[in-house]
Amino acid sequence: MATEEGGTQLNIHPMDQFIIKPLFGGGEVGMFTITNATLWLGLAVLAVIALMVFGTRGRAIVPSRSQSIAEVIYGFVYKMVEDIAGKDGLKYFPYIFTLFIFILVANVIGLLPKSFTTTSHIAVTATMAMAVFLAVTIIGFVKNGMSFLGIFWIKAAPLPLRPILALIEVISYFVRPVSHSIRLAGNMMAGHAVIKVFAGFAVVTLISPAAIGAIVAIYALESLVVCIQAYVFAILTCVYLKDALHPHH
Amino acid sequence: MAIEGDLVQMGAYVGAGLACTGMGGAAVGVGHVVGNYLSGALRNPAAAAGQTATMFIGIAFAEALGIFSFLVALLLMFAV
Repeated sequence: MATEEGGTQLNIHPMDQFIIKPLFGGGEVGMFTITNATLWLGLAVLAVIALMVFGTRGRAIVPSRSQSIAEVIYGFVYKMVEDIAGKDGLKYFPYIFTLFIFILVANVIGLLPKSFTTTSHIAVTATMAMAVFLAVTIIGFVKNGMSFLGIFWIKAAPLPLRPILALIEVISYFVRPVSHSIRLAGNMMAGHAVIKVFAGFAVVTLISPAAIGAIVAIYALESLVVCIQAYVFAILTCVYLKDALHPHH
Repeated sequence: MAIEGDLVQMGAYVGAGLACTGMGGAAVGVGHVVGNYLSGALRNPAAAAGQTATMFIGIAFAEALGIFSFLVALLLMFAV
C-alpha cells in the first residue's frame, strides 16, 4: 500500500505482520499446526497466570507491586459487573473477568515490537464474541423462559410501531456478535497497520524525523486504545448479560 | 477508449473505498457522544464519574455502525 514510496531497502507491507506462519518448519497451516498465533496466545495465558498466581501468592496487608496490580484489576472489573449487570450478575463475574484480563494482556503483549497481535484476527475475537452471545442467549432463556422474547416486543412503544421495532430489535440482537468481534479485531488491526505504514515512511531520510515522531505518538495512542478496547469488550458483555437477566428493564 | 482488466474487480475496489466514508459518520457519532458527556460533566462534575460507563456503551453503539462500513469494505475486498 503506502510502503511503495518509502521502501527502497526495506520493502515491508503493512499487513505482513498479521500473516500466520508455522513455527517449526514450513508447510501448510492445518488444524493443529503450532503457529505464531498459538505461541502468542499461549504467552498471553501464561502472563495472566503469572500475574494472578504470583501476584496474589503473598497476600500481604501492604501489597507488593504485582499484588496491587492484580487487586486493582480485580476490583475494577468487579465494580463494573456490579454496576452494570446488577447484584445477580455477579455470579458470572469470573467469566467476564477472564475475558477482560485475557483480552487486555493479549492486546498489550501484541504491542511489543516484532510480536504478533492475536486479537487482530477475527477468528480469535469471533470465538469469544460467539461464546458470549450463546452464553447470554442460553442464560436469558433459562432464567426467564419464553418471556425472554419480550426484549423484542417493547411495551413502552405505541402498538402500531411495535412490529417494526421488533424487526429492528431482532436484527440488532443477531448482529451483536458481529459488531462485538469486529470492533476489537478492527481496532487492533488498524492501529498496528498505521504504525507499520509510518515505519515505511521512516526510511525516507527527508521525512524520517517526522515519521518517527508520528510512530511514537501513534504508539502512545495505541497503548490507550488496547486498554479501552478490552474495557469496551467486557462492558458490552455486562450489558448483554443485563439484558438476559432483566429483559423487561 | 477500451478499458482493460477486470471491471468487476475495479468496481469492488472502488466500492470498498466508498464504504470507508461510513467511518466518517462513526467519527461524528463518537465525537458527539463524548462532547455531550464532557459538557454535561462540566456542568455537574459530581455526577460525572458515575456516567463514564454509560459513555463507553454509547461510544460502542455509535462505533458499531462504522464497523459495518469496515465490514462491507472487507467483504468487497476479499469475499465478493
